[in-house]
Amino acid sequence: MAAPAAGPPPVLRIVAECGRSRARAGELRLPHGTVPCPVFMPVGTRGTAKGLTAAQLAALGCRICLGNTFHLGTRPGPELVRRSGGLHGFMDWPHNLLTDSGGFQMVSLLELSEVSEEGVLFQPPHGGDPVLLSPERAMEIQNALGADIVMQLDDVVSSTTTGPRLEEAMLRSVRWLDRCVAAHARPQQQRLFAIVQGGTEPELRLRCLRAMTQRAVSGFAIGGLSGGEAKARFWRAVKLCTEHLPRDKPRYLMGVGYATDLVVCVALGCDMFDCVFPTRTARFGSALVPWGSLQLKNQKFAKDFRPIDADCGCPTCQRHSRAYLHALLRCNTAALHLLTLHNVAYQMKLMGSIRDSILRQRFPEFVREFMAAMYGGRGGPPAWAREALESVGITLG
Amino acid sequence: MATAGGARPPAPGDDGRRGAARVARVPRLLRVPVRRRGARMRLKLLGAGRLGSLAGLGRGGAGALALPGCLLYTRAGAAPHLTHDTLREVRGVPGVAHVALPALAEIHDVLEEYKEGAAKFMGMPDAVLYCSLHDPVTPCPSGYNTNKELQGSVMFGAIEGGDILEERLRSARETAKRPVGGFLLDGFQGSAMAKETKLKLIASVTAELPEDKPRIIHGVGKPDEVLECIERGVDIFESFFPFQVTERGCALVFSYDCHPAPEATVLPQNGIQDLEKNGAQEDQEEVSKADPEMTPFEISLKDKKYHDDFGPLLEGCSCYCCQRHTRAYVHHLLVTNELLAGVLLMMHNFQHYFGFFSAVRDALRDSKLDQLKELIFRQALQGPASTALRH
Repeated sequence: MAAPAAGPPPVLRIVAECGRSRARAGELRLPHGTVPCPVFMPVGTRGTAKGLTAAQLAALGCRICLGNTFHLGTRPGPELVRRSGGLHGFMDWPHNLLTDSGGFQMVSLLELSEVSEEGVLFQPPHGGDPVLLSPERAMEIQNALGADIVMQLDDVVSSTTTGPRLEEAMLRSVRWLDRCVAAHARPQQQRLFAIVQGGTEPELRLRCLRAMTQRAVSGFAIGGLSGGEAKARFWRAVKLCTEHLPRDKPRYLMGVGYATDLVVCVALGCDMFDCVFPTRTARFGSALVPWGSLQLKNQKFAKDFRPIDADCGCPTCQRHSRAYLHALLRCNTAALHLLTLHNVAYQMKLMGSIRDSILRQRFPEFVREFMAAMYGGRGGPPAWAREALESVGITLG
Repeated sequence: MATAGGARPPAPGDDGRRGAARVARVPRLLRVPVRRRGARMRLKLLGAGRLGSLAGLGRGGAGALALPGCLLYTRAGAAPHLTHDTLREVRGVPGVAHVALPALAEIHDVLEEYKEGAAKFMGMPDAVLYCSLHDPVTPCPSGYNTNKELQGSVMFGAIEGGDILEERLRSARETAKRPVGGFLLDGFQGSAMAKETKLKLIASVTAELPEDKPRIIHGVGKPDEVLECIERGVDIFESFFPFQVTERGCALVFSYDCHPAPEATVLPQNGIQDLEKNGAQEDQEEVSKADPEMTPFEISLKDKKYHDDFGPLLEGCSCYCCQRHTRAYVHHLLVTNELLAGVLLMMHNFQHYFGFFSAVRDALRDSKLDQLKELIFRQALQGPASTALRH
């Protein structure tokens, strides 16, 4: 078992656990306040939750969101953010922040990066000299940004990678974790999380888990997934991780944001999630609803005078119709913001309902209701979801 | 309220007669259900210049617009970039929203089926709408021609006539005879007309109009031009100008404070110092490198020099952006193409612009219009020669 971690107090306080599945409900105790979990964290890559003001995001109930080390480290740079009072001051965000280390950019900006034991050498997309992002540099930048939770720099490979590169990346991530722990200059103010790698290879995942759980970190992320791998391999990798991660530390599944995935992965024992999907899809005119999504640019909504969702209490649904949003999308960015507001509200509401059902010991019923609403008219939930839920004791009708 | 008539300046060779004749025709407009025909709208003048208010607006007749004043510029019924809750953070939002006809025409059949009116469809059921034939920012597609009768709205008569004094006078006199609710001074947009001519015509036209009806002008937005028109009898303006400033990544920083606090080092006659302090002076030197549309009243936040400027957009401004954010942050948002840049700049620019009109009204009330004029005109002259000559 992991050695007791000296240092900052534990982040996770479990309030209730599902009697059947591995779902837990609780709180994250963080420097900028308590965050109920399971929690979905909207992504504000460059220090902005896209078109929403900090006040709007807070009004939706969001108490933790993401910034990105690579992007902010490039522009405007950590020194400037530090002088602005850290990322909190820069964004005027009074609640919690989590910064990703920049590892994912290695995959998404692959043509522009080169990995060695030292770190990742990036060619910045907007010109300038190549930049070396080492574990030490990633910690230095994150210490300047000042987020409440900081992530180790991991050697990330695409989730469909197999062979020696996958093992190399996993082993290197363990070594980089140690360098991040050593380089972390503000352990009392900022909680460091490890990121478990190993792709969808059970043996590699297991070795990674055993190694990383030996280290004194505040929480564990499950990385290297949600990138196009088969769903059947995805959920098994998640489950393997939650099986071997300590109960009393938060489990953060990175890059997961579709509603179905959130529900299933909560059942598998995950507490924290992030994804660009809800905010990004809003900017394409897509509104999330319990039965799927509405593509509001589609002509069929031109005379649909209902709100996006009659049961949604968000400002957009309180005031506007699908027809108006359809018209507004043509000529005013306010439409994008209205949809972003709604989609974030949808995610918050979903997580709130999940948490509530766990607290009231009716999570399995919630899952069944959720699946019925989402897939009722479409022949039932996907096979992978069904299997994953069954594996933790939740059977669907 | 709605307007009749066209807005194109006369074509070369056209002696303007077409403009005058156009007024005589029955206006052809879209149905914009607002309220009872002209029954309750009334203009109250308080005696200092044309300081006053337009009352009795809207369905319940409770809406009002302080004069001289401006409308809230919207695109399809929403302030640009702003949702209802972000707009609510802006102080001094005028009680009348401006919607351009093309936006409504596009959804004409939708509104017909909706049956509950444009204002409610656009999410502001209690708003008073002013519908103009054209959007002051987007060029109008040609060929608009709807024959639906306008019901339940107050009509403004358009005064045409190009740059020919005789035609303008004829148009003004003819329109003044009609039972219109107010007057639109049309065809003064853009820079086709020499400034001298434009101002002379505006003064001549308003002299022919009854005192007790409001006069609106389209296409005039810069503070110095606004003051010139107010002096010549115009009451209502659009607020597309702060939107244009926003779209070019700029923030309005001109001073309209004729009554600075005693301890301030800047005296009213030193409006220049305000702009120097706010960086506008240096900005003007780079204006040819920046957006050519930029005016002396604004600063360009994209400029590198703001990347570590931790002051607000404008010192002393109480808007949402200036209270919570810095020039450095807005600069970062612009450079990284983040949507929030437009949101924050729009909030600031609208609030500043509405504050300007409030200051105009205060100046009229306190008989300090000359001081305000001097302050504004001094700042208008900060720009390079090319900007000044563009009038």
